[in-house]
Amino acid sequence: MAQLILNHLSKDFGTGRAAVSDVSLTVREGGFLALLGPSGCGKTTVLRMIAGFEQPTDGSIVLGERTLADAGGALPPEKRNMAMVFQSYALWPHMTVAQNVGYPLKVRGVTGATWQARVKDALSVVRLEEFADRRPADLSGGQRQRVALARCLVTSPDVVLLDEPLANLDRHLKAAMEETFREFHARSGATMIYVTHDQGEAMALATDIAVMSEGRLMQVASPQEIYARPEGRVVGGLVGQGAILDLALPDRGPRLLSWPVIEAAFRQTSGPSRPVLVRPEHVVADPEGVMLQVTSCVFEGERFALSLRTAGGQNLRAYSTHALDCGVLQPFVIRQGWLL
Amino acid sequence: MPRSSANRSSQPVWLLPFVIIAVCLLSGLPLARLLYAGLRFSIEGKATGLFSEPSTWFAIRNTLVTATGGMLIAVLLGATFAFVVTLTDIRAKGFFSFAFVLPMMIPPQVTALAWVQMSGPASPLLKTLGIAPPLGSPQPLYSLGGIALLLGVQHAPLVFLALKAGLAALPRDGVEAARLAGASPMRVFRDIIFPLAVPGLIAGAAIAFVSGVGNFGIPAILGIPASIFVLPTLIYSRLSSFGAGTFAEMSQLSMVIAVIAGLGLVVQQRALRGRDYRIIGLSGQNAAFSLGLWRGVAETGFSVILFFVLVAPVAALVASSLVPAYGVPLNFQTMSLHAYSEILFRQSVTLTAFANSLFLSGTTACGLLLFTVFTAYLLTRRPGKLADIITGLIEIPYALPGIVLAVAFILLFAAPLPLVNVSIYGTIWIILIAYFSSFFAVSLKPVASAFLQLDPSLEEAARLSGAGFFCRMRDILVPLIAPAAGASVILVFLIACSELTVSALLWSAGTQTLGVAIFNLDDSGSSDLASALSVLVVVMVVILMLLLELLAKHLPKGVLPWRN
Repeated sequence: MAQLILNHLSKDFGTGRAAVSDVSLTVREGGFLALLGPSGCGKTTVLRMIAGFEQPTDGSIVLGERTLADAGGALPPEKRNMAMVFQSYALWPHMTVAQNVGYPLKVRGVTGATWQARVKDALSVVRLEEFADRRPADLSGGQRQRVALARCLVTSPDVVLLDEPLANLDRHLKAAMEETFREFHARSGATMIYVTHDQGEAMALATDIAVMSEGRLMQVASPQEIYARPEGRVVGGLVGQGAILDLALPDRGPRLLSWPVIEAAFRQTSGPSRPVLVRPEHVVADPEGVMLQVTSCVFEGERFALSLRTAGGQNLRAYSTHALDCGVLQPFVIRQGWLL
Repeated sequence: MPRSSANRSSQPVWLLPFVIIAVCLLSGLPLARLLYAGLRFSIEGKATGLFSEPSTWFAIRNTLVTATGGMLIAVLLGATFAFVVTLTDIRAKGFFSFAFVLPMMIPPQVTALAWVQMSGPASPLLKTLGIAPPLGSPQPLYSLGGIALLLGVQHAPLVFLALKAGLAALPRDGVEAARLAGASPMRVFRDIIFPLAVPGLIAGAAIAFVSGVGNFGIPAILGIPASIFVLPTLIYSRLSSFGAGTFAEMSQLSMVIAVIAGLGLVVQQRALRGRDYRIIGLSGQNAAFSLGLWRGVAETGFSVILFFVLVAPVAALVASSLVPAYGVPLNFQTMSLHAYSEILFRQSVTLTAFANSLFLSGTTACGLLLFTVFTAYLLTRRPGKLADIITGLIEIPYALPGIVLAVAFILLFAAPLPLVNVSIYGTIWIILIAYFSSFFAVSLKPVASAFLQLDPSLEEAARLSGAGFFCRMRDILVPLIAPAAGASVILVFLIACSELTVSALLWSAGTQTLGVAIFNLDDSGSSDLASALSVLVVVMVVILMLLLELLAKHLPKGVLPWRN
């Protein structure tokens, strides 16, 4: 196993707008990278290029010492020793669960007792041993997902690719499957690449998150880093809850803003404005603060989510332990903000 | 660094050349040969006598009259059935649909024979019932009107199916919105449903017209005895009286058929222009208009029509096959299975015909599958201009009237094959190749729709598992499309087994098919044997159709021509 390097990777389907342009990133060996972005941002195309289903128009993909693909040619998917969990699971309906899981072994010429043992092993990891002789049609969505995962596990692939694997599952199942993925990653040690548009999934699972937008790579960092210090409006709006305020701030100074700086900016009405990300947990009711109008108050179970409006007409979000009436004006302090 | 050349697609390098060569040999070559011959003979001015003969112009007029008349009858019958079956609460919809489309699958010469046995002074059925017209009175079906009527009955299912497909996509919520807006059921039909159904109606009418122009079996049985010739039967009679200018005449007459059929399609295009209504909204269950008291009337009416279109002709056919000689009434004294034992055990002509047709249709059905699986795979995985051209080339020989295709193959193989210097003209092989060409489209459609329906990730998962092309075909793709492949084989077998038009021109002694045998037996006056053979063909058609019905729930939508 080795690290996976994407080198100035580009893909143009000839539609006039590149689907992926100039994406460079390195996934360390055994890493778990989440490719995060809204639909149509090119993340699935990147994944399909890594798998070998699409050939890059420019740039290259290198796994360890091997060049898998560049503009001149590509190693076909069947020779890449990768595995993938598809959004539709892609289980073969005419085969039993065991045959589905064991197919990559069969193609590699493994038969008999070895085949039996390895299929059983893989199924035990996803706790489906007793379903070995069922057909995929007889399984629930979560079980199908686990069969697809077992099929990835069985050949010890260098890289495991996951294409929105949780998109079709309900919320309870999602949580359970996230746990299975985490276990699977710890156990197999494979490099994993996980495509999702759900930032919650990405933060919960990945060791690294790559945020994409309109075919470009915006930022790559650990989940904590990307939450606390996002780069630019797109990443700031995409990762975590929060609101972006346009505040008149001095050109120099630290990017992490404290309340006195923000308060000063609130009083400043002229000058060029700059985008500041404010997380809802940093907006707290405080008599020392500025007056904000409550525009909505929604009960979310453990707390109330507030939408607030500044005197300048900008929107903010906050949490509250008790209900507030719509329309009331109340003082709030913004403990910190992040200059995007 | 291991590397395969720019192989991002899943197809092996040889697949595209393989498909292109197959399609060129089966479709491109005969079409090009026909076009070349027709143009050359026209330019060189050979066979100019053809268009100064009045018989040519009579045939053209007869073709236009029967095809147009047949189209009108087909539209009337087909549209009535389609509107009532899809839009109202009439009972036994499945039965009515199946029974109504059955005539489409019955070979035209059998339909014609059955109707002849049902009417006229010598009809065993009418004689048995004691209502036969006096001997010597003319057979009313041996006329232009008779030909048009039967063409209408034969092709009404085409209109029915074309219209039903359009009506099935009709948005239910659109109809409901119109009702809520205050429109009565009649208004809804006039203002909403009918305008949306017009494209299907035009398409169905065009298919019925083109099929009528190319039909050979019906005018052959009904027209030739009365010396009424249409273009396909004129070509046939020219070939029978083989002379020096025959090839030139046949290719020019074929061109005339192709031009008339083409004009029909042009008229359709013009009529359809500006009528591309994209259906938006839910199209699911159709709005059921309650017929109230009229329901019983409609059901009775349909039953009466089906009786005359389906039950009576088949009964007449059976009756004719059970009497010892033409004109004898059927009763317990005269009834015998003599005709059946004759055709099944004694007559070498019919036995050869059975053997030939089974061999031809079996080989065509199974052999074509080999081409169609690869072609369908290529067409789904590599969509684009080239795929459209390939699909078009495959469809032309099927859309072309059979008689025109047969002429193309005669021209192509009249001379010995180059290099090997062997002539296949007059052997069974020329029929086999013509069948391959003619039924390629029939064989392709079920397999292609199965491939289209397949989630591409199933194959991608197999690729990532390490499976190469043949491995994937064997383990993943072929098992998944197996039901459609089975349907393709049965369908081709069903149509090829009783086919007449292509083999009528291409057969010679010893290579006659079932269709040809029925036609020849009737022509030589052995109507009891012809009827018995026809009964067996009808039984076979119904059994194969029922077999396909059983497969239906495993098949992609639209595979079975009588279902959609």
